[in-house]
Amino acid sequence: MAGNSLKKYNQIYVALLILFIISVLGPELADILGMEGLSRMALILPTAFGIAIVKAYMVAAHFMHLKTEKIYAPYILLASLALMFVFFFGVKIDIMAAEGHNWEKPYEEPTGSAGHHGDSHHDHGEKADDHH
Amino acid sequence: MAEVATADVAHDDHHHEHEESFWSKYVFSTDHKIIGFQYMFTGIAMALIGGYFAYVFRMQLAFPGSSVPFFGLVSPAAYNSLVTNHGTIMIFWVAMPVLIAAMGNFLIPLMIGCDDMVFPRVNRLSYQIFLLSAIVLIASFFVPGGGFGGAWTAYPPLSAMAKYNATPFGAPMWLIAVTLEIVAFLLGGINFITTVMNARAKGMRMYDIPIVIWMIVIASMLFMASVGPLVAGAVMLLFDQTLGTTFFDASAGGDPVLWQHLFWFFGHPEVYVVLLPAMGIVAEVMCTFARKKLFAYKMILYATIGLGILSFFVWAHHQFISGVDPRAAYLFTTTTLLISIPVAIMLFAYIATLYGGSIQFTTAMLFALSFLAEFLIGGVTGIWLGSSGVDIYLHDTYFVLAHFHYTFFPIAIIGTYTAIYYWFPKMFGRKMNETWGKIHFWGTIISFNCIFIPLFVLGAAGQHRRIYNYQHFPDLAGADMQDMRVFATISLVVMLLFQIPFIINFIVSLKYGEKADKNPWKANTLEWVAPSPPPHGNFPDGFPEVYRGPYEFAHPDREDDYWPQNEPGNQKPKT
Amino acid sequence: MAHQIIATSRSATGIPTGRLAVWWVVASEIFIFGGLIAAYLLNRFLHGSWAQEAAATSTLIGGINTFWLLTSSWFVVIAHHYSEQKNAKKTRQFLWLTILLGGFFMGFKFVEYYKEITHGMTLFTNNFWSFYYTATGLHGFHVLCGMVIMAIIAEGDIKNERNWHRVENIGIYWHFVDIVWIFLFPLLYIAK
Repeated sequence: MAGNSLKKYNQIYVALLILFIISVLGPELADILGMEGLSRMALILPTAFGIAIVKAYMVAAHFMHLKTEKIYAPYILLASLALMFVFFFGVKIDIMAAEGHNWEKPYEEPTGSAGHHGDSHHDHGEKADDHH
Repeated sequence: MAEVATADVAHDDHHHEHEESFWSKYVFSTDHKIIGFQYMFTGIAMALIGGYFAYVFRMQLAFPGSSVPFFGLVSPAAYNSLVTNHGTIMIFWVAMPVLIAAMGNFLIPLMIGCDDMVFPRVNRLSYQIFLLSAIVLIASFFVPGGGFGGAWTAYPPLSAMAKYNATPFGAPMWLIAVTLEIVAFLLGGINFITTVMNARAKGMRMYDIPIVIWMIVIASMLFMASVGPLVAGAVMLLFDQTLGTTFFDASAGGDPVLWQHLFWFFGHPEVYVVLLPAMGIVAEVMCTFARKKLFAYKMILYATIGLGILSFFVWAHHQFISGVDPRAAYLFTTTTLLISIPVAIMLFAYIATLYGGSIQFTTAMLFALSFLAEFLIGGVTGIWLGSSGVDIYLHDTYFVLAHFHYTFFPIAIIGTYTAIYYWFPKMFGRKMNETWGKIHFWGTIISFNCIFIPLFVLGAAGQHRRIYNYQHFPDLAGADMQDMRVFATISLVVMLLFQIPFIINFIVSLKYGEKADKNPWKANTLEWVAPSPPPHGNFPDGFPEVYRGPYEFAHPDREDDYWPQNEPGNQKPKT
Repeated sequence: MAHQIIATSRSATGIPTGRLAVWWVVASEIFIFGGLIAAYLLNRFLHGSWAQEAAATSTLIGGINTFWLLTSSWFVVIAHHYSEQKNAKKTRQFLWLTILLGGFFMGFKFVEYYKEITHGMTLFTNNFWSFYYTATGLHGFHVLCGMVIMAIIAEGDIKNERNWHRVENIGIYWHFVDIVWIFLFPLLYIAK
């Protein structure tokens, strides 16, 4: 593929790095500002996952040369991805239903930090250390 | 192109490959035909084991508590293990290797006119991993605790915890064996798909590919696409079994139903993975022996693709009584009923192919025709089971069991016999004995129906699956029900005995069968251009070029009633 | 066997056979990782408490590892660039740089595992951590395999100036492993 020059690879790499930094900063910012609920979601979803999709697209299109590959390859991969969505949503309609008649729930969900077991508290401390 | 004159040159391929020892020629060969035979013979050997298991547990059901000849007393644990491994072996180590791997390996390069698979060494590796998986499975019968007994579906928590399944070694070994087998077929499948996509003979366009090749390739794609989640699930279940994680343990926040989804997302397309190659084989055989063009080639192909896509939307019909949401059950009932449409299209197209043909009732053709009839019964009962309301009553009864044996037996056994009787001359250069073949055919088919029709009745009467001894259940222990069980078991023994003529016929024909020329059935596809048996490299007279579709029988422009794909007519090879 | 297979050199689709097969390998890997990630996501949505568990993972080490993999992806595409020019020296150099970064990734991974395990977050702590170790372990296994194959290509093929196309093929696989990490990183580390 003659069209791919080193210069373009370097540009893609720099773009990837910038996106990567944004994707880390977004959720950190949400923590620092103490955002909760919907606004937290509104910040984290696009920065963490939106950017992951953009990064994945850039790697796939330019580094894997999917943009210039014969049409079979992107079709194979897109079909694979689509199928995983079928799987996810097909299972979701069943698995995500956590309530029902005569259902016994042997598992108690830990709620908030109150029901949280000790070692995870420990992690929070560890996590805070990592920030500095 | 060379005609029949040079056919007998390559009869003894020892002359062709001088320097090779037995080991490099038959054991570590990268030749696709040898690998195909390895798969076929391993599959047949495993079929004997699976058939033996069926014999032992059917004897236990017919004569509970008495000692089974060639086995001894069947304990409840042994019964569970036998049932589980019968299912596992017949699907993973018989249907898959013989129909896809053996036939795919043998047929693909020959039928698309090239010398080998595109990755011969990956192909060999695929067989070696497969063999290893078979060895691990067989070894699991002899470890302390015995072989895994939690059914071939391996639902947790029964499969996940040794305290429930009492097979601390058998269960993980079973899972490892299945995973290795999956890896082997992933490697093989990638090889098949790539070979057909890239290595076709000059002039062979999409619609010139024989339908069996299409079906094997689509089956490989279905397998690859469906098995991924199961691989992930198998890793998770293996951790649950051996390390003590709680992925599928409800008491620790896991979800046992998740395994059912991971399993059946694979498990249902798997039915079509083995169905499609058998359908393809039957199509080839029917066209040749009806001397007619395949009716609606493109329609069959599109129906196959539609079937493949739809098969990913039906898996939860196995879980109607696992607490699936009724709205989801409604959805999956609909898709399940829809999927009968492409299958029906294919079956009708096959029957239309027969219409007006000059049918030759060779053994291969008899098997192909019986495939249609028997599979039809399996398919129609599947529609009843696919309706969630009916399924609630019939679930986990012998009705389900008889239903899927009416699909899997035609697929795995009848399909295999069709292929072997049809391609035996190409594989080994000699024909099988037709008289013994017909005895084998009638004995197998009649006794098969005698086994499973009683089981339909028993299932409709409420006989539950996976029960060791029905005498413990007064409702199921009536004399008439027991008579039917005995009848089914005797039919099974008869059927197993009728396989002896086949084995003898196979072995004797290898050595003393009537010699076959290049094209004994006067068929059109490219494998009949190669010598019988084909030497390493397949086409010593040069690779064929393709001028027309694979089923040009009784063409008005031609004197002979067949027109091989590679014979130039008045047109040039298409590129 | 010395027998040269003609089938491998045919290309009816226009995609070289090796590369076509790698695309299928990638597709099959999508199904394996897709199944695992789907299972993780379903559990994650079901269990609100997992957000706190995810907060306990080390974003710092995860971030540095993302950096290693992104950079290694860049290096392997440069190696591919030089392999197209049949420049064996540069190709090998960048392949080995890629392997080195893969090694950094694995090294940091082990430090991370060590820290987590010594702080009581093991495979058995709860299902989040089971998924965490399974997913990152499976991914790490792929990184390791990629490194080994890349070393074989660098020393076996490129050193002897043959099979140049293999650089691109291993590159595609490596990029795919990178993409898996691009998704695992937000899923396990930064979404909390």
